[in-house]
Amino acid sequence: MSALSAHARHLAEAGRLANEIRLSVEQVSYAHSANPAQAPLFTLEATSFQARPGEIVAILGPNASGKSTLLKLISGALAPLSGRVLLNGFVTHSLTPRTRAQRIAVVQQESALLFPARAWEFVLQGRHAHGRSLRFESEDDVLIAKNALAQVGAAELGDRWMDQISGGEKQRVILARALAQQPLLLLLDEPTLHLDIAAQIGLLDALRRLAAENRYTVVVVTHELNLAAEYADQVVLMQRGRCLRVGPPSAIYQRELLEQVFQTPLTVDFGSNGRPRVTVLSGT
Amino acid sequence: MRPLTLRRLLLQCLILVLILFVVVVVALKFGAVPVSLYALGRDLLHLLLGQSSQISTDYGLIIVNIRLPRILLAIIVGASLSVAGTSFQALLRNPLADPYVLGVSSGASVGAILALIATPFLSLSPALSALLTPLGAFLGAAATIAAVYFLGRRDGQIDSTTLLLGGVITGSFLSAIITFLMGTVTGNTRGMVFWMMGNLSTSFQKSVYWFLGIGFLVAAGAIYTTASDLNLLLAGEKEAMHLGVDVPRVRLVVYIAASFLTGLAVSVSGSIGYVGLIVPHVMRLIFGSDHRTLLPTTALGGAIAVVFADTLARTVVAPNELAVGAVTAVVGAPLFIYLLRRRLA
Repeated sequence: MSALSAHARHLAEAGRLANEIRLSVEQVSYAHSANPAQAPLFTLEATSFQARPGEIVAILGPNASGKSTLLKLISGALAPLSGRVLLNGFVTHSLTPRTRAQRIAVVQQESALLFPARAWEFVLQGRHAHGRSLRFESEDDVLIAKNALAQVGAAELGDRWMDQISGGEKQRVILARALAQQPLLLLLDEPTLHLDIAAQIGLLDALRRLAAENRYTVVVVTHELNLAAEYADQVVLMQRGRCLRVGPPSAIYQRELLEQVFQTPLTVDFGSNGRPRVTVLSGT
Repeated sequence: MRPLTLRRLLLQCLILVLILFVVVVVALKFGAVPVSLYALGRDLLHLLLGQSSQISTDYGLIIVNIRLPRILLAIIVGASLSVAGTSFQALLRNPLADPYVLGVSSGASVGAILALIATPFLSLSPALSALLTPLGAFLGAAATIAAVYFLGRRDGQIDSTTLLLGGVITGSFLSAIITFLMGTVTGNTRGMVFWMMGNLSTSFQKSVYWFLGIGFLVAAGAIYTTASDLNLLLAGEKEAMHLGVDVPRVRLVVYIAASFLTGLAVSVSGSIGYVGLIVPHVMRLIFGSDHRTLLPTTALGGAIAVVFADTLARTVVAPNELAVGAVTAVVGAPLFIYLLRRRLA
């Protein structure tokens, strides 16, 4: 049960650090050009924010505002031009792929499979970074994978083929694989894309519960203004490669600001739970 | 959930080893000269006990000096080509990748022929000269797969159709080079058909078999250390990286080792096609697509397939011989078309 006790230690440490900053994005910028002689095609201006364990951060903004680039910089997949991203004090880009995968799980939009696999095989892939390269999964790994499936309410999907389950079910299994990594930081790139409304709510409810229970720090890129308002503790609002505002949804969701960023007339009102709600006004 | 265990893996391999044994016995028995099972058993026993001097009959000499080395060669070539095919399929994320289809075998042939041409001009010791052909074949294979890889890239992504087309055209171009080289250079002991269609009838010195065997084990072993990385690589390089795979390192190891295996096989047997395509597909159907199982079962399956194909090539029109590559292509080409159609559907 070494992996489980390691996880217990890991949780205890997370508890100790509960009120400390876990993720710190410090003045991170990026520039991309196809050819060094040319002006950069894409830039991200210095962006900063911080997040604690158990917090959900939503990155919002129109297309090409730099949301996904920011997520890649946080994950360590891209090297920033300046600034740095710290996870528990370590620069994410400098970690080896293996160490990084033990601490950061990334859920991408779609997962293509070349050959058929069953859901449990897929979830077990999340254990890869925790073992040596050539070894057979231990009982602990199987237990952790089963737990991960149960945590996203997909225990019964274990023996199904990945190409024979619905989009919502698939997204849960992909999330379960990320949980099997036992990360400190969970990054999601538009996880609710292509999902119907019930599946969207189901996924985000699961995410909020998991963030609270397992003390994950969650960063999610999304287009869904209202879902972000409902589930996020912090919002990072982006426009054309600039980070405009960082703060709780109630502070960010101002009519003029959102209208200017999204170039659409809209109204903002507040629900009974104090969370803002956006209505897009069409045809005016 | 039924994760892979070492026991299950060994059991699967044991079954294939037994099948390989049966196929080897059949291959020893049949040929232009029929040999009785009794005589076969007696001679093999003598051989195993190290009493080679006891084998005096003509039949025994045929078995020990002609058929056995040929079968040994078929085993190593089949295993090498199949493991190389499986590796290229994972590396290029294309289930239709195969050393022959992608032109890599032709590239290895060009490298081997150039090495054969160059050898007399270099004053090397005989041992080094013998190594020059497989080295040339390895370099030819490595250069070809690199070229095909870059031909197949579009906007930073490998495009499956472009890759296959690029491979086929590269192969056709290299075949033309082979024809050209064979035409200009005289005194070559191996003909066109050897390089184009493959042939296992050449017999080598004992040391060559050792070199082939050890070379195979080292290269296949290196690929096997990345087996679980390859499983993740199938989901895409980005995703594999996020799951903890050191993608550049795995790519380099598999690229070099798979090119080496192709070079090894081609330098002694020419281009035997489709083995690297058929065998991994059959093994995937039987044992699943986990590379920890797939790589060893594919190696054994490849050995079985090539020994079997070569036995057919030797016996169908005996006392004449078919090119073994013709036998594998008769099975492999239709399978390729079927897989291609199914993918496009």
